[in-house]
Amino acid sequence: MSALVPGDAVRGDAVRQSLASFRREREADWKAFEALLARVEKRAPRALSEEELLSLPLLYRSALSSLSVARATSLDSALIAYLESLSLRGYFYLYGARRGLRQRIADFFLHDWPGAIRDLWRETLVSVALMFVGIGAGAWLVASDKGWFDAIIPSGLAAGRGPDASAELLRRMLYDGDNGFLSGFAAYLFTHNVQVAILAFALGFAFAAPTVLLMLFNGCMLGALFQVYWAKGLGMELGGWLAIHGTTELFAIALAGAAGMRIGTRIAFPGELTRMTAAAHAGRVAATAMVGVSVMLLFAGLLEGIGRQTITSDVTRYAIGGGMLALWIGYFYLFQVVRNGDR
Amino acid sequence: MATVRHSALATMRSLITPEGVDLQVKLADAGTRAAAFLLDVVFIATAAIAVTIVALFGVRGLGTDEMQPLFIVWIIAIFFLRNVYFIAFEAGRRASTPGKRIVGIRVASRNGAGLSVDQIIARNLMREIEVFLPLSIIAGRSGMGVADTLTTVFGLVWALLFALFPLFNRDRLRIGDLLAGTWVVEAPKRTLMEDLSARQDPVAKTFQFSHAQLDAYGIAELHKLEEVLRRDDYFALRTVAETIGRKIGSTPQPHDARPFLTAYYGDLRAHLERKLLLGNRRADKHHR
Repeated sequence: MSALVPGDAVRGDAVRQSLASFRREREADWKAFEALLARVEKRAPRALSEEELLSLPLLYRSALSSLSVARATSLDSALIAYLESLSLRGYFYLYGARRGLRQRIADFFLHDWPGAIRDLWRETLVSVALMFVGIGAGAWLVASDKGWFDAIIPSGLAAGRGPDASAELLRRMLYDGDNGFLSGFAAYLFTHNVQVAILAFALGFAFAAPTVLLMLFNGCMLGALFQVYWAKGLGMELGGWLAIHGTTELFAIALAGAAGMRIGTRIAFPGELTRMTAAAHAGRVAATAMVGVSVMLLFAGLLEGIGRQTITSDVTRYAIGGGMLALWIGYFYLFQVVRNGDR
Repeated sequence: MATVRHSALATMRSLITPEGVDLQVKLADAGTRAAAFLLDVVFIATAAIAVTIVALFGVRGLGTDEMQPLFIVWIIAIFFLRNVYFIAFEAGRRASTPGKRIVGIRVASRNGAGLSVDQIIARNLMREIEVFLPLSIIAGRSGMGVADTLTTVFGLVWALLFALFPLFNRDRLRIGDLLAGTWVVEAPKRTLMEDLSARQDPVAKTFQFSHAQLDAYGIAELHKLEEVLRRDDYFALRTVAETIGRKIGSTPQPHDARPFLTAYYGDLRAHLERKLLLGNRRADKHHR
């Protein structure tokens, strides 16, 4: 036991008292804030009464001020950690994305999606051009040597279509309705196409080179298929069979490629921004475009699953395909909602 | 000691609220994030298996002619599980998947603003090439029976490259985080602990300390002492009590370790807090 220096313990007590009372006076507010946060994190803010909603920002500010006071005067690290986590939760809740889901969805369809696609117009042109180059190359390769067909098109997708198939078999493929597994195959194709689109987007970060190759190869497959039908005099018919959903689907994949290219080129040439910021900006535009792309692919899947089997006239097929393409182009490039005020 | 504190500081980032308070967020470390991701994978896999089992029972119940619609439903369900799970949860109010919630981390925007949906989508689409692409390459190849060593090695190297990417940058960013302008921060839910200074302990009242004895330590040691007291492990208490006793020259009885430390903690904290109010922040025992 040591001797007590007079007055020492008393002054210590005074400090203790003041800090204890600081905690006592504010603890109820912290607890109330914590309880409210726990409720709004679980359910929609509608679950709160008006009074509670109004008290949220007040309680948040009181937690922040308590934190400032505690940091400056208290050495109770558990208390400071508690207040820090409480303030952070409050901050994330109050300053997080505050728009409702419906508002967000409406915004996406009215502004964000067409805006992002318009923003990508250069990349889209390049992407479409690459696809056409691929189509030309694929057709030319198969025309020069039949063996290329098997090299380009995976046997699973070909399903008996090939340079050696009879014209009759090829025709049946185009006009016969449901043959067993076809609609299941369409669903598989939809997911497959979404994956291809995602790949085209995601591989963009490698300076866009893999995206370019993917676009070319996709074109190649089409070109190879075309050549086979063209040689048998079924070119126009295949065009109709593909157009009904292909205009939507190929456009979607081209846009995915464009999104990928945007990321790649911005990482390679960030301009005035830092590479990181440039990548972040490009990534967000591209991601918005990508959600749109999966919506388009969903449409394409529906057209394919329903339209392809039930509509068998070439003219109607071309009309629907062309109409869809016109619709997309109109929606993306011509339709602009005037924005009033801020969002 | 110094290195520990240095590494702790290295993952702190300042987040200044519009009210002007710096909230000091801590970036989640790689291990925590890997754990969260594995948990999510387990959840997704469980759900996928459940969907598959239901689909198989459906096939048995309906007969094979109903196979097609079920096949479609199955394919779309699996696809949705994989691609929508992360996006839907992270776009929610808590900005964290169930796995992340369990380990107490969440996604936040690097610029401190609210998270937008396009950021969430961007960071999750990139996961396709970071994780699922190499896996599907390997799985697809082995499914066809042509998983040669080269492909497998390539897939694994690719996957590792991306998996380890967060370890090679300062902000622990995944490629997806980098593109989306997000990072993953710790957002633990803490409960309010009792105030150790306010502990009423009859034995503790008998201990009194002089100025010189309270000058032996600084804030760092005070926080260590607080940890020991909160953990309340008998042997740790005894060891610490002996060490402090030796240093300040007053050795308590072994069975008095807890009250002794409680008393010393309370007095030391009051002592240091008073100095704090006078503008003298004593970081640790070496600080003069």
